[in-house]
This record gives sequence, structure tokens and C-alpha cells, in this order.
Amino acid sequence: MGNFSQLVYLVPLFPLIGFLINGLLWNKMPKTLAGIIGSAAILASFAVSLGIFFEVRNPSFQGPVIVNLFDFIQSGALRIPLAFQVDALSSLFLLIITGIGFLIHVYSTSYMHHDEGMVKYFAYLNLFVFSMLLLILGANYLVMFIGWEGVGLCSYLLIGFWFKKREYTNAAKKAFVMNRIGDLGFLVGMLLVLYNFGTLSYKELFTTLGSGMSTVPSSTITWITICFFIGATGKSAQIPLYTWLPDAMAGPTPVSALIHAATMVTAGIYMIARSGVMYSMAPLTLNIVAVVGLATALLAATIAIRQYDIKKVLAYSTVSQLGFMFLALGVGAYTTAVFHVMTHAFFKALMFLGSGSVIHAMDGEQDIRKMGGLGKKMRITSITFLIGCLAISGVPMFSGFFSKDAILTAAFAHNPILFALAVLAAMMTAFYMFRLYFLTFTGTFRGTHEQEHHLHESPIAMTAPLMILAILSIVGGYVGLPEVMSEHNLFNEYLAPVVKNFGEHHLSAGMEWALMGISTAASLTMIGVAYTMFRKPAFAESTGIAKILENKWYVDELYDSIIVRPIEALSGVLDRFVEKMGIDGIVNGVGKSVKWGGDRLRMLQTGQVGFYIFIMVLGMVALFTLSFFWVK
Amino acid sequence: MILLLLILIPLITGAFSFAVKGDAAKALALISTIATLGLSAYVSAGNFSAPMSFDQEWIPLLGTRFSLMADGMSSMLCLLTGIVMMVVMIAQINKDVENPGSFYGLMLLSQAGLMGVFLASDALLFYVFWELALIPVYFLCSQWGGEKRIPVTFKFFIYTFVGSLMMLSALIYLSLQTPGANSYSWASITHAGAALPADKQQWLFWLIFIAFAIKMPIFPFHTWQPDAYEQSPTPVTIILSALMVKMGLYAILRWLMPTLPAGVAYWSDVVVVLSVIGIVYASCIAIVQTDIKRLIAYSSIAHMGLMCATAFAHNGVGMHGVMVQMFNHGINITGMWLIVSMIEQRWGTRDMTKLGGMASSAPQMAIAFVIISLANIALPLTNGFIGEFMMFNGLFGGMISNHTVMTVLAGLGIILGAVYTLNMIQKTAYGEKTTMVMAKDLALNEYVGLAVVITLIVFLGVYPKPLLDLTAGVAQMIVK
Repeated sequence: MGNFSQLVYLVPLFPLIGFLINGLLWNKMPKTLAGIIGSAAILASFAVSLGIFFEVRNPSFQGPVIVNLFDFIQSGALRIPLAFQVDALSSLFLLIITGIGFLIHVYSTSYMHHDEGMVKYFAYLNLFVFSMLLLILGANYLVMFIGWEGVGLCSYLLIGFWFKKREYTNAAKKAFVMNRIGDLGFLVGMLLVLYNFGTLSYKELFTTLGSGMSTVPSSTITWITICFFIGATGKSAQIPLYTWLPDAMAGPTPVSALIHAATMVTAGIYMIARSGVMYSMAPLTLNIVAVVGLATALLAATIAIRQYDIKKVLAYSTVSQLGFMFLALGVGAYTTAVFHVMTHAFFKALMFLGSGSVIHAMDGEQDIRKMGGLGKKMRITSITFLIGCLAISGVPMFSGFFSKDAILTAAFAHNPILFALAVLAAMMTAFYMFRLYFLTFTGTFRGTHEQEHHLHESPIAMTAPLMILAILSIVGGYVGLPEVMSEHNLFNEYLAPVVKNFGEHHLSAGMEWALMGISTAASLTMIGVAYTMFRKPAFAESTGIAKILENKWYVDELYDSIIVRPIEALSGVLDRFVEKMGIDGIVNGVGKSVKWGGDRLRMLQTGQVGFYIFIMVLGMVALFTLSFFWVK
Repeated sequence: MILLLLILIPLITGAFSFAVKGDAAKALALISTIATLGLSAYVSAGNFSAPMSFDQEWIPLLGTRFSLMADGMSSMLCLLTGIVMMVVMIAQINKDVENPGSFYGLMLLSQAGLMGVFLASDALLFYVFWELALIPVYFLCSQWGGEKRIPVTFKFFIYTFVGSLMMLSALIYLSLQTPGANSYSWASITHAGAALPADKQQWLFWLIFIAFAIKMPIFPFHTWQPDAYEQSPTPVTIILSALMVKMGLYAILRWLMPTLPAGVAYWSDVVVVLSVIGIVYASCIAIVQTDIKRLIAYSSIAHMGLMCATAFAHNGVGMHGVMVQMFNHGINITGMWLIVSMIEQRWGTRDMTKLGGMASSAPQMAIAFVIISLANIALPLTNGFIGEFMMFNGLFGGMISNHTVMTVLAGLGIILGAVYTLNMIQKTAYGEKTTMVMAKDLALNEYVGLAVVITLIVFLGVYPKPLLDLTAGVAQMIVK
């Protein structure tokens, strides 16, 4: 096996070069060439990533390999290098990012071809992949943070890609600011780590923690992990910072697939899995993570049920699925969470790209009430989308089944209530996904006549990625078969040198089969319900709870009234009253009173000698009196 | 001798400039600033184990000597002054001012004063240069400024002059405490000050601190600043915000901290609290501004607040971060003002509610604006991040009460900073084209000026080592 891990810097280097070429020549580059350069850069990274993956998989691999580039920040005893870490966890994420990234680049060459900003688009997309790779490859938290904020920037740029629309740039701004709130948590977490351990390097930190020699109190570890988790709620769209993700659908659809489904939003899961050693020492934080994850999974699923925008349904579904992953992390099933990251990346990218194909055919229409019967005109899109729906709903033998089953089992082992609620969320998932599928692809067409005439299957550059992702959505789960089916869980074994599940309980085989049966039956039932409800849909004005769901529980309005507007009001008060009238008023007041005093004093200069003598005598008398009493 | 030249080149060319008319004055100023930059780059590349110095008898009667010294911090700030002044002159190439001879003459005189402030190692000499840097700015502001320039300049003048006098009286007091004949040399002043009993240091602290706090400015001594930035012509705003605010911070680090250690230790908590209030307060006010110049002015108060808070946290990494940030803030805010002046020149307004669509009509300018704004909110891999990260480290690990609370409150600045900065981008760069005026994209000289700024932003953001190496020694020395 070649020594690929030493060449790891090539993986982010290729997209960086792609970004620089397209970015610097943005106004000279032909569109097609920009697409080729952008895609080729990611393909090259993918090739190197494959080499690294096979090297790491080889039993002779002694990990982790750390590649130092140069000292980034050095001051006194503080030394933070720009360094990459190659191990099982990072190499797995490399494959997901560059692999799916490449497919989405190829898809974009066709999807974005009509857009005048295509060169800029590929520059941003390459910059995103570069940042994401930094995030994953960093050997310390600071490099992760660089990538972390970098992907946030690219997300901002791509959500606001069509910058002429006010609504879109608002969404971009919202995404960036909400991420920044999380980033402050990340930053404080880093400060705590540096302050207590004097290092940000994973290897040094986890060695210290693992050795049991550290004298840092467990309350500090709890605070550190909570701070990092706050960062994760921002990036991975969890309660309370999830509301930016649905708005982020303003960006081009392939961006939603890559950034807002498959890769960037899973950064929070990566971060916690990476810090598994530390989180295992903070049971309180793990409980918080589990509760927040489960609550998010449920909340987002309820909202998804009443959305009519094809991308919004998928967005809330993403939030909900991310919640599942955090639930897994929270019960200590780190590798299971990563497993779900992978399968979710396959089927959610597939469905987003599928929705892009639909939107493309519908000439920009995203409202599923105006679709219907598209399956007849768009065979490939329809079948691949169906595969995605089956996978996410956890229908047996599809990839999502295995990863979701693993999460549910782990949740049950931890606490049966978690399991019950998670099954509830999974039932809703099956329902809203098939609601989406039936409304879009079956029945009769409900749009305009022109739209119907325009309907067509997308070109090969778009359908090929769909087909590849569909295959992965089917077979992707077989690397992580549950214990009752196979002795070897290849996925967990691969990750074992880096991160292991924590506090695993072993259930009896019968129990595991029973749980599997319950969740499968629940999902299939909900698919049936969706079928009966939406084969022949009727849309009425929603009332009561349905209306609340349609308005996303009014969370945006709530945030607006308890956070945004008070801050604006406070700022206005500070500007108008405290600043202009208060502080500046005092400053000007001092000036005015000096002037006033000067004017008064000037009155004394009357020019009459008699008055001066009078004052002089008065002064002498005063002095004498004073000195008389003074001496006494 | 080279240090003397750093002052003499702008001083002589500046004086000469008054006699020159038209474009020749512009050319003279450009050549002069390039020459000074070259020299300051040479000084910065030097070896600081034996710092460059210059010493000459000056006014023996008062016990003051003409002595200059360049360590890492001084030469870094001279380099910053050199770069900023050159970029300003490059940006001025396609702009016209009334009475160019006097305008550029005053600019150069101010540069001479700045160089002197950063190099002087004699307190009285320092004071003289401090005033030499300021006085030309009063004239520039009152002669070439905006509509409300007279009252604004008057306020600015009174404000800073009161501060200067307080500083002067403190310096005289300190020199009277020096053993033997009066001396104003850095060594004897700091020695005399540090030997004073704690209660004396505590009240002397405020005499000196207020002068520097006004200059930075620190909440609540800041109200002259947004008005002055708004009313000054852009080249002067750049001198004020990129360079003169650094005079205040530099003076704290160079003079106040070593001279009155007990006073500084006693009042550190108060200063940190004021600075942190300033960060949140100025950030909030920035959110509701509609004039870009005022927005950036408040943003700058917030940034200076973080630097000042960290300086008083007395931590090695933090102090190092403050040094780095002094340089980077100067570069970034110069870039900001350049863009603002281009906006004003093209669209005739700085009111964000009337702007929009720059990304469509002047895309190169919009790209530059976005990059500089990102540096302003300290995005990693821009120069702004390095200092900010180190400063947060320093604040968190600093010797102050409630360091966690202070750090988190100061951290709110990075969220609020994102809010107002992205608002500004959205309102100016995005949206539909404003049809009022057809705007041209960057002219060649504007392109070059911004390219210098952006190159530094990216280079020092990715590879900050040169800057860190330059200032490591001084940072360690101050916190010792």
C-alpha cells in the first residue's frame, strides 16, 4: 500500500486550487470550463481520499498519522500548528465529502448551466469543500474551527447566491449570525480547553484525559463539552438554533444537497464523535445532547408534515434526522451516529438532487400542491426518489433501516422512553416523506398547462448522480449490519481505533428482533396511511393545530419578538438617548458650563476703578479674617 | 540615523509641499510615503537583540534629549504608518482636493509626528510629537471636512487637548521625581514612576490614562470620534482611525504600563469593565446606524475596546495578540474607508438605505468590500482572526476579576459584529442595482490600493509568523 496519508495535504489543496482558478478568473472563465475545473479538483481529492482510506483500512496502519504543515500561532509556550490528522474517522468523512461532493459538482454542471454566475458558483463550491476538508482533517480544535467558520462563510455566500433578492440575502444573514452564536460556544470551549490543558491538539488532549492523570475537575469537563455542543447546535441546526436551516433552502438546490444535508450540517456530529473521549466523561452533557436531539427530531418532524414546499419538507426532514444522530451521540453510540451520517448523506443528497430535478422540470415551481403525476414523465427521478424515501423511512433492506435501527436499539438500551419517542419521530418521518412522494410523483398533474408541456426528464449529468446515490442508498447500510444478523459490524470495527461506543448494553437477540419488528411495522403503517390520504389529495385551508404546524410553531416569530426586536430597541435607545443625550450631553454640558462661567466672570470686569477697589478691600478683609482664625 | 530619517523625510517633504501646486504635490507626497515605507520596512527587518537607536542633546535646561529607539513594537507601528500612508496616497491619485499643496503638506507633517510618537524614547520628545501629529489633523479636518466640520473639529480639539495637558502635567511631575538632575528619558521616567508609592501611582494613573483613553477612544470618552470620522475627509479619517487610535494604545503599553505598575494593577478591573461595556455598547449602536462611516466608527470603538481590555488583562498571549491586532486593525480599517470613499464618490451618499446593488454594478469593488468586511469580523484565515483569538485567550487567562464573564461579554461582540457587518454588506452590495447613477468599477490606482490591503489580509491571516516574531519579545517584556 502506498504512503497516501503523508500526502493528505493534497486533499484540501486541489479544491483550493480550483477555487483560486475560478475565483481569480471569475469574469474571464468560460462556464463549461469552470464546471470541469471545479469537478476535476474534487475528483482528484476523491482519488487521494480513496488511497488514504485503503491505507487506513490495512491492519498494518499505525494511526493516527499527523502531518504538520507549519506553526500557525506561536506565542510563548502556546504553539498551535496547522496540522492534519489521518485516522479512521477523518478518512471516512473524507470519502463522504469528496465522493458525494464530486457527484454534486457533476450534477451542478448541468443544473447551473443557465445561470450567469456559474463560475462564481463553482468557486464557492470548491471553497466550501476546501473548508469542510480542513474541518475534518484538522489535528486540533483550532484547525477544526477554521474549517468550521469557513463552511459557515461558504454557506452564507451560497444561500445568498442570488443576491438581488432581499429575502435570500436575509436568509443568508440569518444562517451566518445563528452559526456565529454557536461559534461563540465553540470559541469559549476552546478557551477552556487551552486554559485547563494547555493544548488544543486531539492527540495530546485525549491522551491526557485517557491516562486518568488529569487533575481537571469533572465540572470543567462538563462545561467544555456543553460549550462545544452549543457550537454543534448552531452548525447542525438543533434546538434552539435550527431555524436558519429551512431558510437556507433559498440557495441553489445542489447546494442544499451538499451543504445543508450531506456534509456541513453533520459537522456537529463529527465534532462530538471526535471528542468522544471527553464526552464520555461528562454524562450530564450526554443527557442534554440526547434530549435536545430527540426534541429536535420530534419538533422538526411535526413541522415537516404540513409543509408544501418540496425543499422545505426535505429541510425539516434533515433537521429531524440530525436530531436522530444527536440522540445516538447522547446515548453514547458515537459510531452509530457516524453510521447514520453516512447513510443519511446518501439518501438525503439523493432526494435533494431529485427535488432539484423536479424543480428543473417544473421551471422553478417548488409547491407540491401544484405537482402530481410527475412519475410518468420523469422515470429515473421518480424511481430514485422512491428509493430515497424507502431508505429514510427505515424500510428493511435499505440503508436507512440499518442505521436507524442501530440508533433505536441504542436508545432502547439506554431508556425505553427515548426509544418510544424516537419511534414516534420515525413514524412521522415515514408519513411526511411518502406524503411528499405521493403528492409529487403520483396522481394527476395539478400545475398549469404550460408547465405540463414543459415536463421532461433531466439530462444525464443530473440523472447519473441520482442513480449512483440510489445504489448507495440501498447497499450503503450493509457495512454496518446489526449484531443479530452478522458477527462483524464492519463499520464499527473500522472506526474502533478512534472512537468506540460508550456504555454499550447488550440486548438479547430476541429483544433486538422485536424492536426491529416494532419500528418496521410502525413505518410501514404510516406509509400506508400516507397512501390512503394523498393518492387523491384535497387541499383545504388549514385550521387549529395544522395551521400552527404550517407556521412552524411560530418559532421564528417568537425569536423575533423576544430577541431580535428587543436588541434593536435597546440599540435604538442607546443611540438616541444614552449616546446622544446622555454621554454627549454631559460632554457638551461641561463645555457649556465653562462658557457660562466665563460669561458670568466677565461681568466682574466692569472697568470702574471704584468697584475694583471695593472688591480689593473686601478681599483683604476676608484674608485677614481667615488668617486670624487660621492662626488660632 | 535611519530612525531620524523616518521622521525627517515626511517632515521636510511636508514643509516643502506647501510651496508646491497641483499634481506635483500629489506626486511629491506619494514619493515621500514610498521612501518612508521602504525605510520602515528596513527597520522592521532588523535585529532586535540590539534595537536601533538615535540619541542627541536637545534642551539640556529641561533635561530632555532627542532620543529615538525602535524595538519590535515601534518598528511594527512605523511599518503600519508607512503602509497606510502609501495606500492613502495611491488612493488619492485619481481624486482632487482643493489646495493640494497644503493638504498633502499637512498629511505628511502628521505622518512625521506619528513616526516620532512611535520612536521617541524621551517623554517630552514624545509629547512634542504627540502634538505634532494632532495639530495638522485639526487643520485638515476644519478646512477640508464636511458640513458640520467646525463644531466637530472644535470638540475634537478641546477633548484631545484637555487630555494632552493632563498627560503633560503628569510627565512633568514624574520628571521631577527622577533622581539627580531632571530627566525625561524612558528609563528614568519609568524608574521614577515605578518607585512611587501605590497611592500616588493610583491618581497619576488617571491623568495619563484619560489622555490615551480619549485617543483610542475608550467608553465613555468616545463621543468625539464618530462625529470626527464622519466629518473628516477620508484620508484624514484613515489617519485618525488606522494610526492615531494606535497612538493611544501604544502609549499605554510603552509609557503607562511600565511607569505606573501599581496604578495599572489597581485600576485594571475598572478599565477592563469600561472596555467591555464599550464593546457591547458600541456594537449595539453600530447596528442601528444608517451612515456607513458612523457604522464603521462604532465598529472601531468595539475593536479598540477588546484591545484595551486585553492589554489590561496582563497576559503574555493576550498582549502578543494586542500587538498583532494593532497592525491588522490598521490595515483592515484602511481598506474599509477606501471602499467607503469609493462608494461616496460613485453614488454620492453614504446612507445605506439609499444604496444597493454594488455587486451588480461594480463587482470587483463588491468582492473587495466583502473580503475586507470578513477580516473586520475576524473570520479565520483573515488577519483579523489571529489577534482576536489570541486576545480572547489572554482575556480568559488574564489576571482580572470575573474573567469568564468578561470574556463571554466581549465575545458577544463577535456575534453583534457579524450582525452589523452583514447588514452593511446586504444593504450596499446586494439587492437590485440602484439606477440613480451609473457607477464605474475600480480604477487602476484603487485596484492597486485595495490589492495591497487584501494581500496583507490573506497573507497575515494564513501565515502570521512574521508579525508574531516581530512583536514576541516586546509582548513578553511588558507583561513581565
